[in-house]
Amino acid sequence: MKLFRIRGGVHVEHRKELSSEQAIVTLPLPAWLYIPLQQHIGAPAEPVVVEGDVVLKGQLLAKAGSAVSAPLHAPTSGRIAQIGDWMAPHPSGLTQRTIILESDGRDQWCEPLLPIDDPFAADAKTIAARAAECGLVGMGGAAFPTAVKLDLGTRIKLDTLVINGAECEPYLTCDDRLMRERTDEVLDGVRIMAHALGVERIVVAIETNKPQALAIMTQAVAAGGWSKITVTGIPARYPMGSERHLVHVLTGRETPARKLTADIGVVVHNVATARAVHHAVRHGRPLVARVMTVSGQAVRRPQNIEVPLGTLVAELIDHCGGLTEPPARLLSGGPMMGQPLPGRKVPVIKGTSGILALSAVELHGGPVQPCIKCGTCVSVCPCGLVPLEMASYIRKDRLDAAAKIGVQDCVGCGSCAYACPAHIPLVHYFNYAKGRLSAQEREQRKRDRIKRLAVARADRMEKIAKAKREAMAARKAAAKKPEAVAGSAQA
Amino acid sequence: MQEYVLMLVGTALVNNVVLVKFLGLCPTMGTSGKVETALGMGMATTFVMTLSSVLAWAIESALLAPFELGFLRTLTFILVIAAVVQFTEMVVRRVSQPLYQALGIFLPLITTNCAVLGVALLNVQEGHGFIQSLLYGFGSAFGFSLILIVLAGLRERVALADVPAPFAGAPISFVIAGLLSLAFMGFAGISTR
Amino acid sequence: MLTAVGSLTVLGITLGTLLGIAAKYLAVQGDALEAELEGLLPGSNCGQCGFAGCKAAAAALAAGNAQVTLCPPGGRAVAATLAAKMGHAFDAGGTAEAEPLVAFVHEGRCIGCSRCIQKCSSDGIVGAPKQIHTVLSDACHGCGKCVSECPTEGIEMMPIPVTLATWHWHKPAPQAIDTRAKAEA
Repeated sequence: MKLFRIRGGVHVEHRKELSSEQAIVTLPLPAWLYIPLQQHIGAPAEPVVVEGDVVLKGQLLAKAGSAVSAPLHAPTSGRIAQIGDWMAPHPSGLTQRTIILESDGRDQWCEPLLPIDDPFAADAKTIAARAAECGLVGMGGAAFPTAVKLDLGTRIKLDTLVINGAECEPYLTCDDRLMRERTDEVLDGVRIMAHALGVERIVVAIETNKPQALAIMTQAVAAGGWSKITVTGIPARYPMGSERHLVHVLTGRETPARKLTADIGVVVHNVATARAVHHAVRHGRPLVARVMTVSGQAVRRPQNIEVPLGTLVAELIDHCGGLTEPPARLLSGGPMMGQPLPGRKVPVIKGTSGILALSAVELHGGPVQPCIKCGTCVSVCPCGLVPLEMASYIRKDRLDAAAKIGVQDCVGCGSCAYACPAHIPLVHYFNYAKGRLSAQEREQRKRDRIKRLAVARADRMEKIAKAKREAMAARKAAAKKPEAVAGSAQA
Repeated sequence: MQEYVLMLVGTALVNNVVLVKFLGLCPTMGTSGKVETALGMGMATTFVMTLSSVLAWAIESALLAPFELGFLRTLTFILVIAAVVQFTEMVVRRVSQPLYQALGIFLPLITTNCAVLGVALLNVQEGHGFIQSLLYGFGSAFGFSLILIVLAGLRERVALADVPAPFAGAPISFVIAGLLSLAFMGFAGISTR
Repeated sequence: MLTAVGSLTVLGITLGTLLGIAAKYLAVQGDALEAELEGLLPGSNCGQCGFAGCKAAAAALAAGNAQVTLCPPGGRAVAATLAAKMGHAFDAGGTAEAEPLVAFVHEGRCIGCSRCIQKCSSDGIVGAPKQIHTVLSDACHGCGKCVSECPTEGIEMMPIPVTLATWHWHKPAPQAIDTRAKAEA
């Protein structure tokens, strides 16, 4: 299949050998599970259970908060111990509303939803509704509600479904193992999604550093005789797994800034999401567990584990033999775009693709030196931005100037910071700028809202005062009239 | 024809009014903070300088030379320049209010720009005719605008760098202007006499 | 002598006349600046600037009787836009951004007198007579008038709490750091 070149990108050591040959194991059931209400992009879910309720595995715990949201289901059977605040798996260390479930050890499933007998006869709305009901979100890390991306075919003209098996982040191998060990489940989910989207072409993209996955998937597609599906290897270059860049490599079409890939006719889904669709449609099972990679030299036994959602990171690491040393970094996700975790007593969520405990020798960086405008960052930026210019504006608090040259279009891949010879924390500058610009927009919206309220109130007060004056005048006029009548009667 | 081209090149680059003759440094430093302001100031000064060069030549040839009123030269030239600047101010205010606000006090200060008076007097000294006065004035003004814009561009970039506190602002701008002046000495080899 | 005086006089009168005619034709219509400045201000007429509402503040700004930093609820953002509109440079370094505060009703002390509701210019307090009142923080612009009005001192100004939705990364430290060092909070 013809591949196109993307601009920029960096070659990183993939370091996947730590866990790539570890078959998927299942984590023994933890005693306590902590399920945050916000595990997806969109409004937080709203609890439908209360403290003390006894629930079964797969039972609805919280319903979707809005059209762009996802419900939550019990990862195991047990009792709701508390619905309160728990530390979020987020760099801020802030807490969020979390359902704390005490497992009863029986791991008993509730009644599954009726399987959709023939998904290929069902329409897109049915499949999307099933995905919504089962709480499916993008498992690549972004956690966007899958249902919204499954019935796009009814609204926009689509021609290609791309299955993202790139897994370009170093250390992570969960998608690799899924493609090797759960091939049939993945491919079934892929075909169901393609049917829902109404696309003619399906491309499964796998980086060439995963030769076994490529071979197995190609073989399975050939055995199934599905001519619409093409399995293709793509060069192992970071950030190949980024949605926009993957679409560019495969189709040569560049997604315009601030638009979706769907606007150019392509939808991208992760392999784990495809597997989740298979389980939701064929078996009526909601999303209650996921495969993730635990890796890094600070972990004694790196492996790929199927983990119930809500398991604490501490338990996960203990199962992997514990830490060999205090980690220099504890990350959720990969080392390029992963978020630092505030501690180990945080739960894993739907979007957690990996937990990394990295030792100091594995870190790439050094003392920060002044920028000499060498331009290395410009040549590696896959989005075609100018990181050195944006960073120099942000350093001098000229965020508007940085926004003008495109800091909002930065995907945060980290190629520039990785390549910078002076080790300048470029992504940190851009995340700060994006955050402050959002805060400024929020403040502006609040000011506009308050202005509307103040004007409305002033108008209302004016109306009330006017009505009072008129009533007063009417009363005075009415009071005069009877006197006149009385006077004339007397006269 | 060639003489006129040489005159333009000479006044704009070789004998640049700011970097070689060192006239008009105050408005240069004052309005070279941002490229938009510099562009506006450059256009205003070009208009003033060209018009006043021509009017000054007219005054010289019609009034001062025939009636031997050479001692009134400075007075009448300043009078003319002030009137032209007033007119320019009105035009700028009408055409672009933001530019008017951005230039601020520097717009009326074009009156005291020694480059404008200097060019007018140099025209008399060199004994230029009408076309020559016009080109001399326009060429000098073009050179002035060029330096203004180049300096503005450089200053905008330097503002983003880590300049040591004692040098921040005007001092580093003068150093840059000095370096530019050194660079323009390279044109000295081109003879325009 | 006479020619000198005479020629100067003629020159002066000619130029003056020409300028007068030009002034008439190039006259600029009334200052739209004041209306534009008023549009940039928050418009909640809280009075923290010391003027009788945003319209009066805009008039003072246009006349040059007030600084661009006059509006506390607007903060640095509004000061910067005002400065940009007026063509001034705005040096943000000198000003400290006052932390935005919103009012909070301590329900244990509320007697339901509704005096605070009368004062709130943006309908930020909900309540009825003899019922406990509460502040809608999305509508509160932090003027503090309700605090002085409450007879039981039941309202307090508090900073807006940071949530997961509003948190963002801080600005990287300017001094030399080592990106391999232990990550700061």
